[in-house]
Amino acid sequence: MSLAKDLSNGIYRENPVFKLALGMCPFLAVTTSVENALGMGAAATFVLVCSNFLVSLFRNLIPSKVRIPCYIVIIATFVTLVDMVMNAYLPDLHKSLGIFIPLIVVNCIILGRAEGFANRNPVLSSLADGIGMGAGFTLAMVILASFRELLGNGTWLNMSVLGQSYSSQPLLIAILSPGAFILLAFILGFFNVLENRKGGGR
Amino acid sequence: MNASLLLSTALAAPEGGGSGFDIGKMMAIIIAAIFVNNFVLSRFLGICPFLGVSKQLDSAIGMGAAVIFVMTLATLGSWAVYHLLLVPMDLAYLKTIAFILIIASLVQFVEMILQKFSPALYRALGIFLPLITTNCAILGVAVLNINEKYSLGYSLVNAIAAGIGFTLALILMAGLRQRLEMADVPPAMKGKPVAFLIAGVMSIAFFGFAGLGG
Repeated sequence: MSLAKDLSNGIYRENPVFKLALGMCPFLAVTTSVENALGMGAAATFVLVCSNFLVSLFRNLIPSKVRIPCYIVIIATFVTLVDMVMNAYLPDLHKSLGIFIPLIVVNCIILGRAEGFANRNPVLSSLADGIGMGAGFTLAMVILASFRELLGNGTWLNMSVLGQSYSSQPLLIAILSPGAFILLAFILGFFNVLENRKGGGR
Repeated sequence: MNASLLLSTALAAPEGGGSGFDIGKMMAIIIAAIFVNNFVLSRFLGICPFLGVSKQLDSAIGMGAAVIFVMTLATLGSWAVYHLLLVPMDLAYLKTIAFILIIASLVQFVEMILQKFSPALYRALGIFLPLITTNCAILGVAVLNINEKYSLGYSLVNAIAAGIGFTLALILMAGLRQRLEMADVPPAMKGKPVAFLIAGVMSIAFFGFAGLGG
């Protein structure tokens, strides 16, 4: 019961991007295509689950004064692992995500969950929280990436959707950096409208 | 490490970086880092402080100064550790772990030094310093310098210019947001959405620099 709640928490109610506005840098940077978004989401979820697991496992052993450096070392270790595995088996994806793979280390979602959740919860619910938060982050990235890829390239996950005539003259700005800011502004505005509706009905 | 080795490694650019110091290349790096590939608006690094600290002009300037300062020191530290320690020992794959530890300890160190020797500056920058550890622009510039194979001189120039670019974007944003408080924003777009919208428009404006140098 509560495990399912930990799992679903990150997906909508405390969605790290839309509700808590964490992890914005990779979120804006890699959402140029759905493929990149899924790759980044998988990498971040892996690191999040592993770091939540270790932090929760050692939560009674790590002295609270040096806990942040310990968390950073744990996170950086898994990021290095992802970096090397991705470089070996998915070189194209590794190249297009580029600098944002090492930057998973400073993704505030991961450190935030280590400090805010795994730090004081048992291993199983920390694992569930990691999976849920990772899924929420991935979902948010896929939503923005879908808009950007569809408008900016006429495709979705490299499949042509809007046809050849659109793809030859797409709304290029959606893929360029301003498009990320502007589309995210409207998505957040949409969530605000939903929130306001809910608040008014209460 | 003795000083002469440090100096000779610093002056001899790593492969692909060109030899010596070239003013033209330096200018190209500066213009690219400040305008063309602005860290915030085109590379998407340092978005969290960009949104969090851009409500007041004063704090934007303080944050910008702190970032330039730490960025330069972090570049110096990470460059030295990478080229003098990790590469000779064949441990280059440890760079992410090494850099984040350098940055975290550097921030702590700077905080202690400032507190001791310049309380006024500490009061001005103090609250921003802990935030800087998780500012991805700092780690970003350290990793970029290694990826681009810049020599120490170019790395430092790139770090300072990137810091100035970050500060420029932050100050422009703070000025706009102060005016925005008077504006009549639709309720759904209040707060973060309208801030992102402004950032998007600023990002379009910065496209105007695309032909310059870079």
